[in-house]
Amino acid sequence: MAGVRRETLQAWALILPALVLLVAFTHWPAVATLVDSLYTTPKGSRPPRFVGVENYVALMDDPVFWRALHNNAVYALVTIPASVVLALLMALAVNTALPGRPLLRMAYFTPTMLPMIAVANIWLFFFTPDYGLFDRIVGVFGMGRHNWLGDAATALPAMMAVAVWKEAGFFMIFYLAALQAMPPDLKEAASLEGSSRWNFFRRVTLPLLMPTTLFVLVNAVINAFRLVDHVVVMTRGGPDNATTLLLYYIYETGFRFWDTAMAATLTVVLLALLGTLAIFQFGVLGRRVHYR
Amino acid sequence: MSGRAIGLQPARIRAIGMAPIGTRWLEIVGAWMLGLIWVLPLLYAVWTAFHPAAYATRFDLFAPLTLHNIQLAWEAAPFARYFLNTTILVTLILVAQFVLCTPAAFAFARMEFPGRDFVFAIVLLQLMVMPDVLLVGNYRTMVHLGLVDTILAIALPYLGSAFGIFLLRQTFRMVPQELDDAARLEGCSLLGRLWRVYVPLAKPTYIAYGLVSVSYHWNNFLWPLVITNSVTTRPLTVGLSIFASTDQGIDWSIITAATLMTSGPLLIAFLLFQRQFVQSFMRAGIR
Repeated sequence: MAGVRRETLQAWALILPALVLLVAFTHWPAVATLVDSLYTTPKGSRPPRFVGVENYVALMDDPVFWRALHNNAVYALVTIPASVVLALLMALAVNTALPGRPLLRMAYFTPTMLPMIAVANIWLFFFTPDYGLFDRIVGVFGMGRHNWLGDAATALPAMMAVAVWKEAGFFMIFYLAALQAMPPDLKEAASLEGSSRWNFFRRVTLPLLMPTTLFVLVNAVINAFRLVDHVVVMTRGGPDNATTLLLYYIYETGFRFWDTAMAATLTVVLLALLGTLAIFQFGVLGRRVHYR
Repeated sequence: MSGRAIGLQPARIRAIGMAPIGTRWLEIVGAWMLGLIWVLPLLYAVWTAFHPAAYATRFDLFAPLTLHNIQLAWEAAPFARYFLNTTILVTLILVAQFVLCTPAAFAFARMEFPGRDFVFAIVLLQLMVMPDVLLVGNYRTMVHLGLVDTILAIALPYLGSAFGIFLLRQTFRMVPQELDDAARLEGCSLLGRLWRVYVPLAKPTYIAYGLVSVSYHWNNFLWPLVITNSVTTRPLTVGLSIFASTDQGIDWSIITAATLMTSGPLLIAFLLFQRQFVQSFMRAGIR
């Protein structure tokens, strides 16, 4: 009995330093944010006042919030499938004996190593009206100048292109690892049975890649809500909130307008959203995945 | 009907990896087109940064190369200080993460105690709810701690890392129990076993985790932007964004030069140790 208690104490001593920091900067702020969202923003000497769900009611009436939510949904629904499919295609390409394979793999992966804010600067230049490469390319096809980031119709798609460019190469790595770990005798057996390439891909490769796909999806979902650096640099949410994503709106509300109560309320909504997505991904998708 | 089916058979027996020549050719062209699209923005930036401003948007194979833009950018903002800040930040985070996550991972991997699985689940929650999202709450904590505008404040939320604990725990569980038992018989203490048996065997995981951590925090932006407001604390990413937005007369040559300069060390390290990097990211991803 004394021995057991000794091990318990030792274990807690080993865990405690990391656990304290982890809870202090992840769980505690999450709870504190929830509490803050039920109070008003303190102004000057006026202390915060309890208002219940009033902030949430105000949020429901905030058109910018709905705009941000809508933008983020579109952003996620486009960038996640696009980057995952491209990542898979890249991995399949680089996994075969291709001329210049190392060079190609490097081309796909390099954007991943750049800070998002450097990527944003580069693409900002890319999208510049008249001078930017983008306008020069479409100019070849006879289209005139276009303010890609200044037009509400093209600003969000432009941001999505940046995100896909940055992410796809990262996810490719995980697909590549999974492809290389696949036993070669599977391929031999399938070729003896005369299965076509497409069939083999659909019936064997794809199901075997499911755990990787789940992992990549989880990361892609988190990133679609976590990474807004390019919004800060490229558009500041504009024009007319066309590129405002949820986390950017939190940043703007909390640190440019200093309305901490509303920022807390927004954060709670984002956390609830991420939580729901997590439950969905592990509960529904997870059950359909066959782990080794 | 059956005759035709049999007649088709020989054509279909083909090594799977081998598509018809035409298809194969298409695939190669497609893969390279995609590759080209992928490097184009980067090549464009490199072109602009290393040529005189007059050639920023004009393509001339014989345009003179120059380091002038880099020099101008370097002198226009305190980038030396930003480099120092980022280096301090990244080192601080890396060392603290190793020191904090190693014992925790060991306890979760090899020790029995009540509530272990529950506490581990609490830890794993952080994989989904990352500190990046909790700007508002963490900012308030830093105000209370009096740490606003310090490098420590940038680092603190990331030190207790669920990702690190998880990764090391998986590795420690693969260490043969016999090695642990042998060390115990030799009279090795708990920490001694951790230090002499587990840590050396987990070296590849430490390298992988280290590379992932360094590149993540070298590139991190939003939280440092919120919590810093002076030259002596700002990391490179925040410094770069301020430099690029304070109306440089929008001289793209200088802005791209600064952009490449700040990503340079990581990019060069990546190109030199490409295999190591790629393998590390793979290792960090396999769960």
